[in-house]
Amino acid sequence: MANHTTGVPTGTKRSSRSVVWERRRQAASRFWATYRRSGMGLAGLAILVAFALMALLAPLLVSREALDVTRVDGPILASPSWEYPMGTDESGRSVFALVVWGARVSLAIGLLAAVVSMVVGATVGIVSGYRGGRWDAALMRFTDWFLVLPSLPLAITLAAILGQSMFIIVMVIGLTFWPWTARIVRSQTLSVRERPYVERARGLGASDRQLIPRHVLPNVFPVIFAQTILSIAAAILAESALSFIGLGDPLRVSWGGTLELAFDAGAPTIGAWWWIGFPGACIVLVVLAFTMCGNALEEILNPRLRQR
Amino acid sequence: MGEWRYVGRKLLQAGVTLLFIISVNFFLFRIMPSDPVRLLTRQRGVQLSPEAQAALTHDLGLDRSLPSQFVKYLADTLRLDFGDSFIYPGQSVVSVFARFLWPTVLLVGTATVLMIVIGLYLGIRGGWKRGRPLDVGSMGFSLLFYSMPDFWLAMILLIVFSTALGWFPSGGFESPSSDLSGFSRVLDIANHMFLPVLTLTLGYIGEYFLLMRSSLLDVLGEDYITTVRAKGVREDRVLWRHAVRNALLPTISVIALSFGLVLGGAITIELVFSYPGLGLLLLQAVDSQDFLLMQALFLFASVAVLASNLVADLVYSWIDPRVREA
Repeated sequence: MANHTTGVPTGTKRSSRSVVWERRRQAASRFWATYRRSGMGLAGLAILVAFALMALLAPLLVSREALDVTRVDGPILASPSWEYPMGTDESGRSVFALVVWGARVSLAIGLLAAVVSMVVGATVGIVSGYRGGRWDAALMRFTDWFLVLPSLPLAITLAAILGQSMFIIVMVIGLTFWPWTARIVRSQTLSVRERPYVERARGLGASDRQLIPRHVLPNVFPVIFAQTILSIAAAILAESALSFIGLGDPLRVSWGGTLELAFDAGAPTIGAWWWIGFPGACIVLVVLAFTMCGNALEEILNPRLRQR
Repeated sequence: MGEWRYVGRKLLQAGVTLLFIISVNFFLFRIMPSDPVRLLTRQRGVQLSPEAQAALTHDLGLDRSLPSQFVKYLADTLRLDFGDSFIYPGQSVVSVFARFLWPTVLLVGTATVLMIVIGLYLGIRGGWKRGRPLDVGSMGFSLLFYSMPDFWLAMILLIVFSTALGWFPSGGFESPSSDLSGFSRVLDIANHMFLPVLTLTLGYIGEYFLLMRSSLLDVLGEDYITTVRAKGVREDRVLWRHAVRNALLPTISVIALSFGLVLGGAITIELVFSYPGLGLLLLQAVDSQDFLLMQALFLFASVAVLASNLVADLVYSWIDPRVREA
């Protein structure tokens, strides 16, 4: 990771921007040094890197044609073998191919949905915490209302009404998860707002438009980041449930969608465990990895948790 | 603040939230991309005559202005009149709903009791002897089962215990065409419920464990515990008499919340075990685009969460009067 040798040459006049970047780089390397000590965090990170590589390199691992039921000629419902390491489904497709290509859709939806919920939640949380007063009361009341709407039934209902496409699923999941982010970001903003340097900056005449992006956001960002990592885990679970119910994007292969096909074909009763086992195990591993990373991040950010 | 003022304020807040839920429900089903009447009749292979379409439009109140539709919807909802179901012709939404309600209440109720008892017990033991095998084991268990989609766990249990071992039936509420009665019928129902309850319980124990554990750790760090110990009170008495009592408080709201899960938590599990509860009914409604039924179910799910939150707030303030000040 970055260290001081790559810093800005001393002696020359440094712009304020380069000072800021130097400070951020130091903060990042301190952060990494702490993170490296968390075994769970490292294990989670390793799993995530493996899955990310698998998703990115999917075309190199398996040809896309292996997903097309009209072009495959494998045995039907074969159990795992050397040729088909994860067995085949009822149309003779390799489950390994479904798992590799499904990683792209499942991860993409999880990431995008978490970003949507982060943007909405962080905006509501920062405005609410920073403004305080009536804004705070109104926004938090609004957030509480949304917390009452049960997320899976809401997502199912929205997807049933709006239709099935990747875009709609991302929006539906993103918009059902934001209230939790909003609450956490708000409480962090409340504490940042009271710090002396914010008061001092305000005393020097800084406007809200300068204060929020320069002084509040950078200090709330770590919390937002940890929360987003944890939301990805929840979003991947939600995507798998929606697809399993049959509300996923029917044109794309995802892990949840593969499980839906397997269930509809009666895989549990005919004992085709490989068709269910492998895609599901991928979901478990990825969600577990995001949760471990998220917990490791939270522990670094919240020293009170560290002693546990 | 007085006790009654607190109760009044909470009731008022809940009333406002209820109004919000009803409004969301109203607008949710009016942002549909196409004409609701056509949606209601499409996929059903019904070709309605123009007169019949007009009649349906009138029945649903869709020929009126939006505000007057809203007033009608509000009045109908408060009278629990949700119209007729399309999947089950000739039956009102309320009567269909009532038929599917009890299996879910039975399933979720049993599972909730189990997860609370086991989760809280493990949390108390784990927090008391931090870092011991039981604690570390429960921690790993919680993390693993949290990461598992519940429908996947359901399918795995189905493959192992029903398909491979044949110990339990693969689904349903009870054996079809059974003429069992009395105790043997109870056993039959319990036998069908075993795997769904197991799935739900395994999936949610972790939440209670983690909550109880961290709550107990907070309490154990407080000064009064040190005082109690200094007085020479026996260790198990310190735990059960002094620490656990206070540590249980924060779990009340989570317990209440999980009763609100009646619908949400069991949807996919009911699907896997074709268990005739509200979750399965919701999915049937989605499949056949029965929007009136969907609307009623969604309303119920939200109201269940709202009601259990309210109960939690009131119980909490009754046990711990300090929260009324906040």
